[in-house]
Order: sequence, then C-alpha cells, then structure tokens
Amino acid sequence: MAHITIDGQIVPFEAGQTVMEAAMAAGVYIPHLCHHPDFTPHGSCRQCTVTLKAGWNITACTARAAEGQEISNNTEELNLVRKRLTQMLFVEGNHFCPACEKTGNCQLQGVAYHLNMMSNHYPQFYALREVDATHPDILLDRNRCIFCNLCVRASHAEGKDVFAIAGRGINKHLVVNSESGKLIDSELTADDRAANICPTGALLVRGKAFQAPIGQRRYDHHDIEEVTLGGSHGG
Amino acid sequence: MESFIDETLKKYQHQTTPLLMVLRDVQAQYFHIPKQAVELIAKGLDIPRTQIVAVVEFYHFFSFEPRGRYDIFLSDSITDHMLGKKALADYLCTKLQTPLGTVRADGVVSIDNTACTGLCDQGPALLVNGYAIGQLSEQRIDRIVVLIEQNCPVTEWDSDLFEVYDNIQQPGLLLNTKLPRGAALTAAWQRGLTETLDDIKASGLRGRGGAGFTTAMKWASCRATEETERYVVCNADEGEPGTFKDRVLLNSYTHDIFEGMTICAAILGAHKGFVYLRGEYLHLFNKLNAVLEERRAAGLLGDNILGYGWKFDIEIRLGAGSYVCGESSALLESLEGKMGIPRNRPPSSIIKGYLAKPTVLNNVETFVAAAHIAWQGSEWFASCGTEKSKGTKILSICGDCERPGIYEYPFGTTLKEVLKDCGADDVLGVQVGGPSGTFVSTRESDGRLTFEELSTGGAFIIFNHSRNIFDIVQNFTHFFAEESCGFCTPCRVGTSLLKKQFDKIHSGHGSAGDIKELRDIAKLIKDTSHCGLGQSAAEPILTTLERYPNLYERQIKQQYSFDPVFDLDGSLAVARKMSGRDDGHAHLTQVEKK
Repeated sequence: MAHITIDGQIVPFEAGQTVMEAAMAAGVYIPHLCHHPDFTPHGSCRQCTVTLKAGWNITACTARAAEGQEISNNTEELNLVRKRLTQMLFVEGNHFCPACEKTGNCQLQGVAYHLNMMSNHYPQFYALREVDATHPDILLDRNRCIFCNLCVRASHAEGKDVFAIAGRGINKHLVVNSESGKLIDSELTADDRAANICPTGALLVRGKAFQAPIGQRRYDHHDIEEVTLGGSHGG
Repeated sequence: MESFIDETLKKYQHQTTPLLMVLRDVQAQYFHIPKQAVELIAKGLDIPRTQIVAVVEFYHFFSFEPRGRYDIFLSDSITDHMLGKKALADYLCTKLQTPLGTVRADGVVSIDNTACTGLCDQGPALLVNGYAIGQLSEQRIDRIVVLIEQNCPVTEWDSDLFEVYDNIQQPGLLLNTKLPRGAALTAAWQRGLTETLDDIKASGLRGRGGAGFTTAMKWASCRATEETERYVVCNADEGEPGTFKDRVLLNSYTHDIFEGMTICAAILGAHKGFVYLRGEYLHLFNKLNAVLEERRAAGLLGDNILGYGWKFDIEIRLGAGSYVCGESSALLESLEGKMGIPRNRPPSSIIKGYLAKPTVLNNVETFVAAAHIAWQGSEWFASCGTEKSKGTKILSICGDCERPGIYEYPFGTTLKEVLKDCGADDVLGVQVGGPSGTFVSTRESDGRLTFEELSTGGAFIIFNHSRNIFDIVQNFTHFFAEESCGFCTPCRVGTSLLKKQFDKIHSGHGSAGDIKELRDIAKLIKDTSHCGLGQSAAEPILTTLERYPNLYERQIKQQYSFDPVFDLDGSLAVARKMSGRDDGHAHLTQVEKK
C-alpha cells in the first residue's frame, strides 16, 4: 500500500486522501481547529502546518498525501509555530476561559493545553465584538469566534446558509443571514449541526450549562490528542 | 429603489457572478449600499444576503455607511508620499473642511485613503467617484474644491483634470511594434493553432505577472482537460504599489491584449473571456468596451471570427478596491461575485478555475507578448533576453528619477543600466517588484533583470538618500495589514501584530528584545500563510533587517530592560485634549527620572 512517513513513522494512505486523513486513520495526531472530518477542508487556522523534507510547509488538512512524502509534524519547531498561532487567536478575540461555559470542552483551550501555552505572548487587541443573545435556544458570542468557518460550512450543508464570515483582515466577523442580522430572525434551530459544531464557546446551545461540572469536562483530564484519536471529535 | 435594482439586475442578466458590477452601480447611485438594496438583490439573484454583506464589507469601494456625493479616495502609496501627498492631503481636507476619514456633515463630500491607484509616475493622485485625477497640486486642488462647492457633477468637470499620460520613455521589442488589427489572429490560423502553441512554447514566454510560469505549458495543460467548457481571463488587477505598466498597455495596446486573448481562446477552445479590471482603472472601462465593440464590428470577436467559424467574446468586469484580488485564485473568486479569498490548491485554476471550469489566467503583458509571437514568430521574440528569461520586460519606473514612466528592456539588463536611463543619479535603493518584492541597495546594481535574479512583475520604485528607509517599510507594512483578506490566522492577526511591533520600534519605544520579536513574527507570517500576500507581507521588514541591522539597533532604547508595550505619555493625549491642558503636569515620562 502507498505510504508516507510522519516523523519517521510509516503511514499508509489511499488515493485521494489528505495527509490529515491518512494521519488520523493511522493514529497520528496533527493539531487542528478548522478541520473537521465531515466537511470540506478549509486550511485557514494553519495549526496543521507540517514540513516536507523538501523544506517547505503544507497544511495537512488540504494537502493530498503523495507516495514517499517525508513529513515532520511533532517537532519542537512546529509546535512553537502552532503555539504562536494559537496565541494569535487568543489575543485577537476576547477569550476569558474561567468565565466561559465552554471551558473544558473548548478545542481552542484543548490545543492551547496540548501546546503548553502558558501566556498570551502577544499584546491583546481588545476587539469590540457583538454578542447576539436574541435567540431563545442559542447564544452567539463573537468574542470567542476564531473564524474556523465550521458553522458556515455546516449550515451550508444543511441548506440553510445561516452564517458567513464577512469583512476584511483583522475586521473579519461572523454575520447572520437574517434581515435584522440577528439570530432570532434566522432559520437556525438548536438541533442544527451548525449550532453545535463550534470548537469554542462562540456558539452555545442554551440550557446545557454546568450539565458537566467544571473539572469533569472533555479536556480537563485528557489531552486533546487522546480525545481526538479516540474518535470523540468535538461537535 | 425597487425599479433601480430591478433594472440593474436586468442589465447583468440576473447573473450572480457580476455581483461586484451590480454593487458598483448601487454604490454610485446611492453613495452607499442601502440595507434595502441588499434584500432586493438577494431576492432578485436568489443568493444568501450574507454573500452580499460579505462582499460589501470586503472591498474598499463599497460602504454600508453613506459616503459623500463627492467620494474622494487619496492614493496612499509610498510614491504619492514622495511627491508630497501628506501636505496636499492636508490642504484638500482643510479647503473642504472635511478631516481625512470622515464624511462632511452636509453629506456633500467624504475623504479617505486608499492603496496605490496606479498613477505613480504622475502622482500624487486621488479618485473622485471612482475616476482618477493625477498630478495633484494646490492649483488643481483649488479647482476641484470650487467644482465640488458649486455642486458641479463629476461628468462635467474639465477633462484635463482626468488626463492620464502613458509616459512611454523607452519602448522596445513589443512597444515599438505596431500590430495590425487581426494580423496575429490571421497568422495563427494560417499556421495552425497547435503550431501556434508550439511557437509560443519555442519562444520561451513566461508569465509577466511575476511568478513566471511557462505560458505555453499553462495553455497546453488547460487544453488537455477533459472538461471542455473553458475560460480565458486577463488579470488587469495591477495592484502592486509602484506598478502601472498594464495601465499603459490597456490604454494604448488594447487590441494587442484582446488579440492575445482571442488566440488563447482558439487554442483552448474557449468561447468566453474576461478582463478583470482593477476598480482604480475605471477611467479605462469605457475605452476598453469601445474597442471590444470595434472588434466585434470588424469580425475579430463574435460568432464567426474572421470567417473561420470561431466563436469568442470578452467581457470587462471591474473590481472594487482589493489588492489581494491580483492573486489569481482570489481574482477568480471575485469574478464569481464573492470576496477575494485565495483558494486552496490543488486543484489549480488551470483545472478548476472560473466556475470550477478549466481556465487560463494570464497577465495583461503576457497576452500582448503572445499576440506578437503569434504574428512574428518565436525567433523574433527569443532572440532577445537570456537563456532562461526570453524576450523583454516592461517596467513601471517611478520615485526619485528624472524620467518616470514605462521602459521596456530585454531580460538580462542590469539594474545599473536601468537607473542610468531613467536619470536616477542619487540612489539609496530600489524596491524591485513593489512592497512584495525586494529592496535592493546600490551595492547590488550589477544585478540583472531575469526571473532567476531580480524577478519583478514590473514595479520599480527608486529612493534617493533623502528618504528614510523606516518610513518606506512602515508604509509597506501598514499596506499589507490593510489588504490582508483575513482568511488565515498568521496573515490576519500577524500582519496587524507586525504593524504594531514595527511602529513600536519606529516611534522609539522599542527595547532590547523587540527586534527579535519583530523578526519572529515576520518569519511566522512568511512560513505559514495561506497565499502570496501573507508570504511576502513581511519581506520589507525581513529584507531591511538583513541589509540594515544597524538602522534597527539605533531605534532601540537600550536603557529599557523591560518591554513597554504602550506609550505612557501618548495614551494621555486624549485626556489632555478633553481637559484642554498641555502643561508639564499633564505629561508623564516613560521611565522615572533619577
């Protein structure tokens, strides 16, 4: 069977598979946030940046596996790059983990733990982001949005197109498809995949707070690597 | 409003792809995009309103907030600054009583900055309701102010205000040769299309946009696709600050471009082509359409080209202010009526381009060269240039020189020769390839213009010794932060962090670790960004850090052992303004005096 190597480990792949798909199937964890096995790869968070032996970087979620590729993944250098990218997400938005209902179940937090992130490193942006609490069943807190596009992709797949990411550069923001721009006037319902797929606490289905006490949540005792490879993907 | 939107949608046959054209018309009519228009367009085109909102917010020339009836955008390229932009902008803002970045209370006028408008050889420049005015001076501004205060429609302003000069200083192989109408097409047909493709291959022609991909290989790959609905797209989104050669080709070599596109279409078997014209070149839009009409009438476009039974036509679509749309896949997204976000590769646009169909996308200059090769043959072209870089390159030269304008050189010409020809005697350095290119010092003036050595899409900005390298780097760094599409983390967040970090050092607040941090952020953006914009956004900093390390070191306050992130005294400026105080006690020093 055709194979690539990741950090020296032989990883078989089937034609058409991405590096990420092949790695996951072989039990090799490559950190990621915008990737979800059920949706078209996006390649925007850049967490899954890996290095080819030829010297350049690719994103594992968008690059097709090719026979003989020799890939570096779990290296000190790449993990520092990933930590810096994660810190960028933390300073760009407003993430106050202790006050967030998603704490312990948050993939951003999980990746930050995994990468041993101990500080924000960069200066905070203190962006003004709008909270939309109009929907009786769903809360949208844009302070926590990391532009992974998963809710956009999920809602598109559901035929509702409730979300889009608008704006340019650092002023990007999530917009809602309703005349008022508010969630309550959109077609989103709490059982939509789009309402449940957010890797952070930007989209929360109401009425579930503290169902699991803090300290007993997904990433509280298990590293995101273990959780991801165990098949219990967030959302 | 219903009837206006209805008519506008009808004008574009209710297609979704010309969404930018629709929105341009709406913006011109209402001086903003009214929310009601979003609803009407969404309904009329049956697309999610979020697509429209996203597009409006993405492009510089669309706005949900009402702009002035005279909407002015000042070109903010480094070359405008070198020609005195700052003082003239202040003069204009004062005369119109409209601070930069605002709309005057009476709604008559609004003034803002925008990226390079492509008039670097005749700046400083501005756009008024989309139309370019160059060679700004106090006298010309006085005239503009009078016209605005008299409420005179822009269409009735004296035409000399809108004059744009070609400034062809040194024509060469291509610019010196007058291509007779249809001559290249006839030659291609007589020789045979496959033979013409072979000839373009033999000529060694490579893409003139900067990347240098072999043109014939691109055309041949596209021709070989299984999917037979194919497209030809001309990239006339010349947004790299300091570049304006396509402006001249579009203005004076229009037929050559269309002829090149038509030959490409015949080789591919494509029936439809587009010119994606940057919004800043609105002044060329009518002219291009008139030439298309002329060619249709002459049987050089349409259902039966030159009687050979070939069907092909071209449509001009305008952008709306976005640098990243010069990137080929972002351009295609924009051409489809979306935000200009570069796509993931593979597949390349050769396989899945416009509307996911096979597409050849080439630079304006590439199509001109292809037309001439089809007419005059490969040897004529390949006799010029070097082994790996055949033919000539057209340069846009501006900045500190006697004769800014258009110069055409065989590949292999040295930087020294170019500088001599344009009358640049006092040279600190040259920005080759614009902000995304390289800052070259005079020590490297033996360097030759080739794809391998000094590769450029055409921008050539010359700086003399009176210029401050830090000001240049700052202008470029701010430019990239402004133009980042925001898709990927390192470019979206990184370019803003880089801007802050650079400004901190530039303003004299940097401490010992700040240069390392600057380099680290720069390297991260370069190594992990999604597209060429991000990968080159840090180049101005990285290349000057390498060439002028002392310059950076001098900016650092060695006495600080800590990292002051903000300017303590500067942060009190608002309080001083509010309290009307400016005495000694209203100021704080960053470090306590011993």
